[in-house]
Amino acid sequence: MKAQDILQETYTALSANKARSGLTILGIVIGIGSVIAMVSIGQGASGQIQSSIEGLGSNLLTVSPGFAQQGGGFVSAGRGSAQTLKNDDIDVVRQIAGVAYVSPERQGRYQIVAAGNNTNSTVIGVSPEYAMVRNVSVADGSFITEANLRSLGRVAVLGPTVAQDLFGEGNDPVGKTIRINRLNFKVIGVTQTKGSAGFFNPDDTIFVPLTTMQKILAGGEYLSSIAISVETKDLMPQVQQEATIMLADKHRVDPATADFSIVSQADILGTLTQVTDTFTIFLAAVAGISLIVGGIGIMNMMLTTVTERTREIGLRKSIGAKKKDISMQFLAEAVMLTFLGGGIGVALGWILSILVSSFAGIATSVSFSTILLAFGVSAAIGIVFGYYPARKAASLNPIEALRYE
Amino acid sequence: MELAETEVLAVNIMIECKNITKTYKSGEIETHALKNASFKINDGEFVAIMGPSGSGKSTLMHIIGCLDTPTSGEYLLDDKDVSKLSDDELADIRMQKIGFVFQSFNLLPRATVLRNVTLPLVYAGASIENREASAKEALRGAAFPEEFWNHYSNQLSGGMMQRVAIARALVNNPTLVLADEPTGNLDTKTGEMVLDTFQRLHQERGRTIILITHEPYVAEHAERIINIRDGSIIEDGKVKNRRVINNNHNTK
Repeated sequence: MKAQDILQETYTALSANKARSGLTILGIVIGIGSVIAMVSIGQGASGQIQSSIEGLGSNLLTVSPGFAQQGGGFVSAGRGSAQTLKNDDIDVVRQIAGVAYVSPERQGRYQIVAAGNNTNSTVIGVSPEYAMVRNVSVADGSFITEANLRSLGRVAVLGPTVAQDLFGEGNDPVGKTIRINRLNFKVIGVTQTKGSAGFFNPDDTIFVPLTTMQKILAGGEYLSSIAISVETKDLMPQVQQEATIMLADKHRVDPATADFSIVSQADILGTLTQVTDTFTIFLAAVAGISLIVGGIGIMNMMLTTVTERTREIGLRKSIGAKKKDISMQFLAEAVMLTFLGGGIGVALGWILSILVSSFAGIATSVSFSTILLAFGVSAAIGIVFGYYPARKAASLNPIEALRYE
Repeated sequence: MELAETEVLAVNIMIECKNITKTYKSGEIETHALKNASFKINDGEFVAIMGPSGSGKSTLMHIIGCLDTPTSGEYLLDDKDVSKLSDDELADIRMQKIGFVFQSFNLLPRATVLRNVTLPLVYAGASIENREASAKEALRGAAFPEEFWNHYSNQLSGGMMQRVAIARALVNNPTLVLADEPTGNLDTKTGEMVLDTFQRLHQERGRTIILITHEPYVAEHAERIINIRDGSIIEDGKVKNRRVINNNHNTK
C-alpha cells in the first residue's frame, strides 16, 4: 500500500463523518492550544524578568556590607545595615583586572517636598559612574558630574516617577528647587523611565552626589553598596572571587566569614528563572491534562470507527490486505486527526498568547521549539491512542468481520 | 474440436481437497462443520457447491477462499499446499489467486465504482496507471456500462453493485472466482443478469468459477454441482439440464 493510497483512504474516512472528526479534533485543538498559550506566557514572563534584571546593569556584581550585630549579637539589624563598607574599599575594587566601572552608593529614605507636593522616596548618593553601571540615562538635563561630587553640590537628578509626583505631568522640573530632609537641592536632570524590576523601582528614586549624601544628608563615610560592572560575562566569577579575597584582606577578616557579601546578577537571575520555569512547567502540565483528554477522545472515535467499519475491514482482508495494511490505515487516521488538531491548536495558542499580551499586558513569546514540541506531542498522541484501535482492526478475523451486522 | 479442448484443460487440476475436516470447539462441545471432504476442481470449470444452511458449504468456501485453514486434511491450490499458512501468507494468496463475490456486495459506499474495482490492486502495490487500465478492463468483462464508472457505489442498483463486485473480483486476474450466494440479495431478473455475467466469464474468458448457493435453480447454471450436507459431500456430478440464460452462448 502506497503512502498516497493511505492518504486518500484517510481523507475519505475522515470527511465521511465531518462532525465527529471535527469534534474529536477540537479536543486536541484545545489541548495543544492551551499548552502553547501557557508555555508562551511562562516563557514571556521569564524573558521579561531576565530583561529587567539585565536592565539594572549588565555583568553586575554588588558588594553589600554584612549585617550589624547590636548588643552582643542577639538582635540583628539585617544585611546591608552594617557600616563595614568604606570609601577606601572603592580603590581596592578598582585595581582588580577585568573591572570596567565601580559605582559606590549610599542609600537613604527621606521626605521630599517641592511646589507644595511631598513624597517619601529613596535617595541614593552616587558617582557619575552609576549611570554606566546601572544603565541609567538622562531624559532631560544632565546626570551627577565629577564637579558636583568635588564641590559637595546640592543638586539632584529625579526619577520620572518622583518628578511626576512632585511637579505633576508635563511640567519640566529641571532648574526647580526641591527640599530633601529640609535642605534645598536644585534639580539638574530627570532620568529615562526604566520600569520596575519587581523589588526595586529605579524610577522612584532621587540621585544626589555621593559626597553630599555622606557629608550633609546622612553622615558617615560608609557605603550601602558598591556596584561593580565587569568587562565581560566570562570574567564575572573570577572578579567576584578576587574582590572577595582583596576586600577580606583589606578588612582583615577571613573570606569565609567576611563582613560583606558579593552577589552576582547571574545568581539573582538564576533564582528567578528557576521560579518562572517551575511556573511554566506547572501551567504546561495543567494544559497537558486536557491534551490527554483529547487523546482519549481520539481513541474513543477510532474504536467506534473500527466497529462501524468491521465489514469493510473484512472485505479489505478478503481481497488481500495484510494486518500491516489495516493497522497502518487506522493509525494514519488517528495521526491525521491529531496532526490537524495540532496545527489548528498551534494557531489558536498563538492567537491566544497575542491576545493575552495585548489585553492583559503579560509578555508572551511563542518559540519555534514550543511549536515543534506541540507537533511532536500531537503526533505521539495519535500513535499512542490510535495504536490500540488500529491493532484491534488489524487482528479481526476476516470471516467474522464479513458476517458482522 | 471442443471436446479435445476440454480434455486438455482437464489435465490441469486447480484445486485438490484431500480429507478436509473442520472442527469448531465451543467449550466442551465439538461441532464438525466438514468431515473428510475430498474433491478436485479443474482449471476452467464452473462448479456450484450446493447445500442447505448449516451444511458446511460456507466453511468449505472459507477454506477454498483461503480465509480459513482446515483442522486436518490437505488443500492444494495450484499444486501448493495452503492449508498450513499464516494469516499474512493467506492474504497474499487471496490477493494473487482469488476473487470474491459476496451476497451483500461489500462495496465501499463512499468511493466511486472505479475506486472500488481498483482496491485489490492497491494492496497488490500496482502502479496507478496500471490500476486504471486493469479496472476498466475488468468492468468491461463484467458487462458494467461505462457511463456509471464514476458514480458512487451507493447510487447503484443491486444488480449493478454486484457487477462492480464481480469486476473487483476479476481485476487482479485471479485463477479462481469465488461467489458466495451472489444472487441472494437480488430479485430473479437481476439475479439472472448476474448469473449470465458468470456464464459469459466462464465461456468467453475461460474463468474458473465456484458458486456457493442453497438454491438448486441457481446451482443449475453451473456445469457441475457438488452437493454437500452435514459436512459431507453426498453428490458430485455434471448438471443434466443446464440452465443457460443467453441462448447466444455456444452451449456444450
